[in-house]
Amino acid sequence: MIINHPLLGPRDASEFTYLGDASLINRPDWQAEDAADAFYEYGYLRDNPAGEHQELWYHEAGDRSWLVVTRDTTTHEISKVELARDVARARGRSK
Amino acid sequence: MRYSGFRVIKEALTGHKGWKPVWRDPEPKAHYDIIVIGGGGHGLATAHYLSKVYGHRNVAVVEKGWIGGGNVGRNTTIVRSNYMLDGNEPFYEFSMKLWEGLEQDLNYNAMMSQRGILNLFHTDGQRDAYTRRGNAMILHGADAELLDADQVRKEHPYLNFDDARFPIKGGLAQRRGGTARHDAVAWGFARSADSHGVDIIQNCEVTGLRIENGKCLGVETSKGFIGANKVGCAVAGNSGRVMNMAGMRLPIESHVLQAFVSEGLKPVLPSVITYGAGHFYVSQSDKGGLVFGGDIDGYNTYAQRGNLPVVEDVCEGGVSLMPMIGRARLLRMWGGVMDMSMDGSPIIDRTPVEGLYFNGGWCYGGFKATPASGYCFAHLLAKDEPHSTATAYRFDRFRTGRMIDEKGVGNQPNLH
Amino acid sequence: MTQSNRLSGGQIDRNTTVNFRFDNRNYTAHPGDTLASALLANDVRLIGRSFKYHRPRGLLTAGSEEPNGIVELRSGNRQEPNTRATTTEMFDGLEAQSQNRWPSLKFDALGVNDLFSNFLSAGFYYKTFMWPAAFWEKIYEPIIRRAAGLGSLSMEADPDEYDKGFRHCDLLIIGAGPSGLMAALTAGRAGADVILADEDFRFGGRLNSETFSVGDQSGSDWAAQAVAELSSMPNVRLMARTTVIGAFDHGIYGAVERTGDHVATLPAGKPRQILWRIYTKKTLLCAGSTERPIAFENNDRPGIMMASALRTYANRFAVTASQRVAIFTNNDDGHRTAADLHAKGVHICAVVDVREDAPVNYDYEVLSGAQVVNTKGRLGLTFVEVALPDGSTRTLECGALGVSGGWNPNVHLTCHQRGRPVWNDDLAAFVPGSNLPVGLTVAGAANGVMSTQGALQSGAEAAAAALELSVAQPVLPEAEDTPIAQKPFWYVEGCKRAWLDQQNDVTVKDVKLSYQEGFRSVEHLKRYTTLGMATDQGKTSNISALAIMAEVAGKSIPETGTTIFRPPYTPVPISTFAGRMKGQEFHPTRLTPSHYWAKEKGAVFVEVGNWLRAQWFPLPGELHWRESVDREVRQTRASVGVCDCTTLGKIDVQGADAADFLNRVYANGFTKLPVGKTRYGLMLREDGMVMDDGTAARLAEDHFVVTTTTANAVNVYRHMEFVRQCLFPDMDVQLISTTESWAQYAVAGPNSRKLLQKIVDPEFDISNDAFPFMGCGNITVCDGLRARLFRISFSGELAFEIAVPSRYGDALMRRLMTEGEEFEVVPYGTEALGVMRIEKGHAAGNELNGTTTALNLGLGKMVSKKKDGIGSTLSEREALVEPDVLRLVGIKPVSPEEKVTAGGHLMNTTGPVDAAHDQGYVTSAAYSPILNSNIGLGLLQDGANRMGEKMRLVSPLTDLTVEVEIVSAHFVDPEGERLRA
Repeated sequence: MIINHPLLGPRDASEFTYLGDASLINRPDWQAEDAADAFYEYGYLRDNPAGEHQELWYHEAGDRSWLVVTRDTTTHEISKVELARDVARARGRSK
Repeated sequence: MRYSGFRVIKEALTGHKGWKPVWRDPEPKAHYDIIVIGGGGHGLATAHYLSKVYGHRNVAVVEKGWIGGGNVGRNTTIVRSNYMLDGNEPFYEFSMKLWEGLEQDLNYNAMMSQRGILNLFHTDGQRDAYTRRGNAMILHGADAELLDADQVRKEHPYLNFDDARFPIKGGLAQRRGGTARHDAVAWGFARSADSHGVDIIQNCEVTGLRIENGKCLGVETSKGFIGANKVGCAVAGNSGRVMNMAGMRLPIESHVLQAFVSEGLKPVLPSVITYGAGHFYVSQSDKGGLVFGGDIDGYNTYAQRGNLPVVEDVCEGGVSLMPMIGRARLLRMWGGVMDMSMDGSPIIDRTPVEGLYFNGGWCYGGFKATPASGYCFAHLLAKDEPHSTATAYRFDRFRTGRMIDEKGVGNQPNLH
Repeated sequence: MTQSNRLSGGQIDRNTTVNFRFDNRNYTAHPGDTLASALLANDVRLIGRSFKYHRPRGLLTAGSEEPNGIVELRSGNRQEPNTRATTTEMFDGLEAQSQNRWPSLKFDALGVNDLFSNFLSAGFYYKTFMWPAAFWEKIYEPIIRRAAGLGSLSMEADPDEYDKGFRHCDLLIIGAGPSGLMAALTAGRAGADVILADEDFRFGGRLNSETFSVGDQSGSDWAAQAVAELSSMPNVRLMARTTVIGAFDHGIYGAVERTGDHVATLPAGKPRQILWRIYTKKTLLCAGSTERPIAFENNDRPGIMMASALRTYANRFAVTASQRVAIFTNNDDGHRTAADLHAKGVHICAVVDVREDAPVNYDYEVLSGAQVVNTKGRLGLTFVEVALPDGSTRTLECGALGVSGGWNPNVHLTCHQRGRPVWNDDLAAFVPGSNLPVGLTVAGAANGVMSTQGALQSGAEAAAAALELSVAQPVLPEAEDTPIAQKPFWYVEGCKRAWLDQQNDVTVKDVKLSYQEGFRSVEHLKRYTTLGMATDQGKTSNISALAIMAEVAGKSIPETGTTIFRPPYTPVPISTFAGRMKGQEFHPTRLTPSHYWAKEKGAVFVEVGNWLRAQWFPLPGELHWRESVDREVRQTRASVGVCDCTTLGKIDVQGADAADFLNRVYANGFTKLPVGKTRYGLMLREDGMVMDDGTAARLAEDHFVVTTTTANAVNVYRHMEFVRQCLFPDMDVQLISTTESWAQYAVAGPNSRKLLQKIVDPEFDISNDAFPFMGCGNITVCDGLRARLFRISFSGELAFEIAVPSRYGDALMRRLMTEGEEFEVVPYGTEALGVMRIEKGHAAGNELNGTTTALNLGLGKMVSKKKDGIGSTLSEREALVEPDVLRLVGIKPVSPEEKVTAGGHLMNTTGPVDAAHDQGYVTSAAYSPILNSNIGLGLLQDGANRMGEKMRLVSPLTDLTVEVEIVSAHFVDPEGERLRA
């Protein structure tokens, strides 16, 4: 596969390490009432869609960017690649 | 129809006219006591044990394509019970015992061949972990043997002992392990279940689960609605898709595992061998092909195909471990979609929906589990309680912290 | 031997004669031949034996679809089983052997299987060999395994080299027949970067096999001219002998170039084959088509071949399989073979055409409406029996029979991403479907365009379309333009044994039996009968079998199913996929800066991940590794030892939020760590398990140096980047791995300070007061060399770790050894390191096994509840905090000389020894020369409350039972007085 890195252009997927669903960005609030349940769901349950999937790839053999790649799990076609940091910020994460 | 050598001779002399279909091809009835979704190895085994052991004959297996077309038909055929953890070993040893009597039970030769499996180790840490595992196997009543490098060399002189980047220090052998003819396992279970009255319905895709007031009433299919008192889902690889119909999110991701077979060769490998320093395991089929595999590709996918980097990685491991296979040719590669679970272990459990039961999360170890998985799922479906060897395979183990993590890599499915 | 079947013409070099051997007999051939054409030239028809019945077999085809003509090529450690004679390029000195026969090809003992074939029908083995159960492994299976298989491996390491490479282009054209060449000309002339690959050693495809003209030239001359033009274009790369084996995601194609298979001996340093990954924007599949057979009684005898293959052998290789040839066809193409052979002077016995309206010919006899119903000849065809429309039969005496059942487009690569071909009624064949790999289009015969003119035009158009060229259509040469009319005719009725898959011995009857027994899906058919599973992947058999299944089922072919193809297109040596990554080069080897110093000292090295580390340093006279290790431990604890710990992961953490960041990453707190201090840090995974442990040293307010274990250096860095970029993207913090920038050494033992004081520059005070336990700082050593000093201890002794820029590592080690002579300093390796950490009760890899929590390791109090640390929430799940969870303990045998085995399990001293009574296990074990006892660390249920308890350590695997005492894991200096000294 080829991942079109937003900063570096197209790179072979073997330069990257895969983590999983980009919902891993949505780490729950540790002080919330339901933190135990929220962390369980965050840590263990997945949509695992057959179709479009937002997922985290790490450019381990490159610039060490974490990327959010939108890829179809039935065809492997990639429709979007973003810096995970930008996605995290857009989802309201900060410090 | 009973199979035997005598019968083969008789049919040969009478033009093979007497052979009957191995299973019927029935239209679905309006209602069954139990419907098993998925005509793969586990679904068919479930039907076999439901009908033969638990006396349930009003049972249907619904399969979207042809039976045996999932992972039971696209694996590397390895059978073993060399697990370490209490949640696993009794189950896999139960499975091993079922394998050992399977052909007589099914009256079908699945070519279960106890040629042994050898897991090599290359570091002291690996040796310590295999020692722990081998001891656990013996304490659970299975067989295990620890071999040092000299013993390994005596049994497998063709391995790379002289030019190895990661020298072989020994191996953990399970002599009762081996291989079975994967397709025949599916067909044998299907034939037996069919003979006990189970309807095996092919080309019947489940398109929905009819759930009312928290109870599952049956399945919507491409052949119409089929009612059931209980529905069991055994569709590993596609568990996410099917259980999504019940609104469930699972502790599972779908990944592809590639497997490979070489051209046919005269016998070279006496047993199953796994490399401890690379992603490579191999056996030789009765037809002579080297059947081998390695690691999953590592990204979520439902496509039954993988990519070149893993092909190369596996072959690098292969040639490094056994340099004499280099000139053998890789004939065919294929991919199977795995239910990779969050701790590398399976789930056989009820679901929050009454009447809906789940069997999945087999990662890439489902083939060896086929008989016990069917047995335990049948037990759960018939008795509404887990079989004694499968009590740990619960959904809630991730919530309570009772993970069964043989590899110790945690909640990242692609590492299991 | 004379080449008695050699004809005139052909594309071979008659001026040169080469010698080759087959089954230990000498023959001659010419450059340009394949092994197959050379054997035919020498009137050798019998080449091998089939898989199951060991039937005599000869060549069926002239290409890579060959099922029968497979041999063991070369000898010794280059022996290469199952090699197609049809694609083996001739070279002087070629050696080949027939295979799957014993004692000889002509008399094969297992040929007896053929007599019992009726008992060995499809799937017979599933129905028998079940009793008694134990006989399977002992008797039945060994017999089956010996009979099965085809060629044999030498059992020696492959001596050749292989390589891998990457290529990029705008357009990859697969196949250099008329459509591929025309496509390449079109794209190349337009300036596109083009790769044109063909599996053959000669470009041209069928143009080399036909007598058609293209323009005013012969087809092969036109092809040669096109190749010449393409060769002159700098933007076009021609790759002959290159098989594109698979279509992978995102326009990546695997291709295997056979750079050394056509020479007797590889030039030194040259690879035998190269695996290319071709990255392309667009791909044009011009793979042509494959002729399909007709099945009839005894259609597998040597001499019965595809009609198009006979034509290839005659026109390209100037060879006929026999001087007397008959043809059996259902289409006009078969007649072309007759005409071409006749023109070359071969006697055509007759053309048997199943059609009533077969074309008439005056040069030889055409039997219209006739069918071949049987053949004779044990080791090669002698007679063909023909049923005539009037019911009579005719016997033709001939040595070769060309069979043509029509043509199937080569759609293989269109299926590699699960695309399904579709049935085309006009062609009576499968053509590429709509769901092709992205960027791939198909032209020429592969797309069902079955004339030369059509192929040229289709290639030109497809290339223009793929590249979105707006140029005018190129002027195409005039060429043959008679598309083949194909009417399906799959098999002759009423035969007893008519072969479909000739290698695996699958007959028409087997397909019918498969249907009868309910194996009706195409996949069931293949799996039950083994059809299409042989080395040729069913290229000549799958479609016919499918058609027969459809007929038996009373369905149309598309209703019955399709067969799809998987990579590789043709089989590829495992070595080719491995490339250079084998033997010592399997993984890169990482060496620390003082590796060569250690080597000089005679160190024994051990693989730790990709690193090599010194395991111990034997002195002359030390016979057993334990002697060396015990000495290193004793001397370190008595005076001072130095250990290379460069391999530990080192991560520089800088930024205003560095402390806050570490506070999230570690379970314990870091915000209050003062500058100049180091803290032990425990890192959890989000699931609450311990991920790694290490230290973080605060060199400045906004600067920390984190160390990780060797094993987890990469994972931890990746994880920290995840936390930084994905969880806390606005933190002002930057990370960089400095593992390879610093050489680091542990200097441990009561004299460690004294030793260091000799090299640390005088302005730096490292006395206990100025530089206490857990102190850290930037210093200089040896007169101005910058260094980092950490007062941390893994051994439990007064100890430091000192880091210098990597290039000074070797010098520093030598200096420490010289300066340390007065203290009798020892270098110590990983074994002594391991012994001392076990003595001290430090958890390491065996304890950090991914299933242990901080609580398990006795570090529960480190997990702060007052902050948001990764993993702290899930570490509190009920099963992880139950009272009897595993706890780290020390284990001491009651008799010190008794062995402690890592991996042993812990049971009560009395009662059963089984899994139900298992209470824990030994994680690490060592002999302690300080305690003069074997000792171990272990994880035991409720272990913290069981100090002093006696237990049984059992290891049935190693036949060991030892009575042990549960003790504190801190065997040495539990109060930590030494390390604070």
